[in-house]
Amino acid sequence: MTAPAGAVRNRPAPPPPATRPAAPARRPGARARFAAVPLVGPGALYITLLVLVPVALITVYSFFERGRFGGVVWTFTLENFARLFDPLYLSVVGNSLVIAAVVTLLALLIGYPTALMITRLSPKWRTVALIAVLLPFWTNFLIRTYAWILLLNNAGWINQALQALGITDEPISMLYTPQAVVVGLLYMYLPLMILPLYSALAHQDRQLGEAATDLGASPFRVFRTVTVPLSIPGILTGCVFVFVPAMSNFVIPELIGGGKTVLVGNLIRDQFLKARDWPFGAALALVLTVSLLLLLVLQSRLSKRLTEGKTQAEGKKVRRDA
Amino acid sequence: MRESRFIRIPFWLTFAFLYLPIVVVVVISFNDSSNLFVWKGFTLDWYGVLFSDQAILQGLVNTLIVATGSTAIACVLGTLLAVGIQRHTRGGLIRAFALAPALLPDLLLGIGILSVFSLLGFTLGLYSVLLSHAAFSIAFVTAIVLARLSQLDPSLEEASRDLGAGPVRTFTRVTLPQLAPGIVAGALLSFTLSIDEFVIAFFTSAPTTPTLPIVIYSMVRFGVTPEINALATVLLFVSVVAVLGAQRLTRVTEAL
Repeated sequence: MTAPAGAVRNRPAPPPPATRPAAPARRPGARARFAAVPLVGPGALYITLLVLVPVALITVYSFFERGRFGGVVWTFTLENFARLFDPLYLSVVGNSLVIAAVVTLLALLIGYPTALMITRLSPKWRTVALIAVLLPFWTNFLIRTYAWILLLNNAGWINQALQALGITDEPISMLYTPQAVVVGLLYMYLPLMILPLYSALAHQDRQLGEAATDLGASPFRVFRTVTVPLSIPGILTGCVFVFVPAMSNFVIPELIGGGKTVLVGNLIRDQFLKARDWPFGAALALVLTVSLLLLLVLQSRLSKRLTEGKTQAEGKKVRRDA
Repeated sequence: MRESRFIRIPFWLTFAFLYLPIVVVVVISFNDSSNLFVWKGFTLDWYGVLFSDQAILQGLVNTLIVATGSTAIACVLGTLLAVGIQRHTRGGLIRAFALAPALLPDLLLGIGILSVFSLLGFTLGLYSVLLSHAAFSIAFVTAIVLARLSQLDPSLEEASRDLGAGPVRTFTRVTLPQLAPGIVAGALLSFTLSIDEFVIAFFTSAPTTPTLPIVIYSMVRFGVTPEINALATVLLFVSVVAVLGAQRLTRVTEAL
C-alpha cells in the first residue's frame, strides 16, 4: 500500500520552528535579551500605543456609563452588556448571524466546485484562474459595492434584461433588500472562500481518488467519501474567513441595503457616530470581537486535530501494513 | 466524466458573477449619456470630468501620503521586529503580539483609536489615519519578513561576525540584502492595503482630510453618477497593473 504513505508525504509541511534559535550555542543569555530591545522595542511600543491601548480603552469604556452629551461618565456599570439582551438588539444580532451564515453557505456551495475545477486545470491556467479570483479582491471594495448598486437598480441591466426577456413587466425592486445585502457580501468575500478551499484540494493526494475509482466507486461517491472529508480543514478555514468579516461589515448593509437591514456593524458604527453612546458601542464591539476570535481559535484547533488525527491513523496503518 | 460537468458549470458561473459587475462599470464609464442605463454612444468625457474634480484629486493625494508614510513606518518597525523575534525570543508571546493587529476586526481598531485620540484631546487629521494604518501594516511586514528569515542560512551572519564585522555592519551588509525581497513584498502589501482601507480611515480621519475611499463613499452614498464609473475604471486598471506587476516581481524574487 503506497497511497497512504504518499498522502503523508504530500501533506503540507508543519510550519518551521522559526522562533527558536538555530543552535543551542546561540541560546539567548541576559546580554542577548538586552540586545533584543533596540530591535523589538520600537515595534512593540508602537503596537502597544496604537493597538493595545485602544483595545484596552474600549474594554474599559464598556464597563462605564455614557455621558448625557456623549463621552463617558466614570460610574461602573454592567448595563451595557445587559442591554445586549434587549429584544431590539437581539434581533439585530440574530439578523447578522442569519445573513452571515447564508453568505457563508452560498460561498461554500459556489466556491467548492470552483476551487475543485481550478485544481484540475493545467498549471498555467491554474495560475491564471487564481489571479482572476484574486483580482476583484484587490480592487477597491467601495467600487465593487457600487457596481452592484448599478446592477440591482430598478432601471439597471438586470431589470432591463428581465423585462426584455418578458419575465417581468414591472421592474423588480432588488436594491435595498436583505437579499441584495447577501449578494453584496457574497461578492465581497467569495475569494476568501475559494483560496483556502483551493489550497486544501490542491494538496490532496489524487491517487486516493484514483484508487477509489479503480475499486469501483462512482465519481459522486469518490467526491462524497474521499474528496470532501479530506478537505474539511480547508472548508472550516474558508467558512471562518467569510463569516468573520461578513459579521462586522457595515458599509454594504448601508449602501446596498439602503440602511434598512441593520447589522451588528451598523449598530456599533451608529453608537459611535450618531447615538454618541460610546460605552454601549464599546460593549457591542468587544462581544463581537471576542466571539469572532473564539471562532478563529476553534477553527484552528479543529483543523489541527483533524490533520493530526488523520496523520496518526495513516501512520498506524502504514506500520501495520509494513 | 459525469463529475466534471458539475464542477465546470459552477466554475464558469463563479467567474461570470465575479466579472459581470466589473464589466458593467467599465462599459458604462464610456457611455455618452448622463442616464447611466441607456447606451447612447462612446465618449471619454467622464474621464475629463473626473480628472478636473478637486475633491477626488485631493483625496488621491491624501491617500498616497497616508500609504507612503504608513508603509515606511511599517517596513522599518516590522523588519526590526521580525529580526528581533527570530534572534532573541524563545516564546511565541511577542510574535503573537506583533501579528495580532492583523487579526482584530478593523471596526474595533477604528473605534479604539478614535477613542484614544479623543480622550487625549488630539484633533484628527491625515496623521491619525497614517499612524493607524501603520499599526496593522506592521503585522503584515513582520509576518512576511519572518517567513523570509526562516529560510535564511544563519551561518552567513556568523561568518561575517567571525571575519570581524560588527553587529551593525553585519546587519546592513549581510542580513538586510538577504531580507530585501521579503521587505519589498511586505511594503507592496501594506501600500495596497492602505490605499484600499476604508473602515479605520472612516473613524480616524478629519472631515477636511478625507482619503480617496472616503471620498468615494460619500459620492456613492449621494447617488450613482457617470463620474464614479470613470473613477472605478481607472482604479480597476491600476489594480490589474499592480497585481500583474506584483506577480511578476514575486516570480523574479523567487528566482533570486
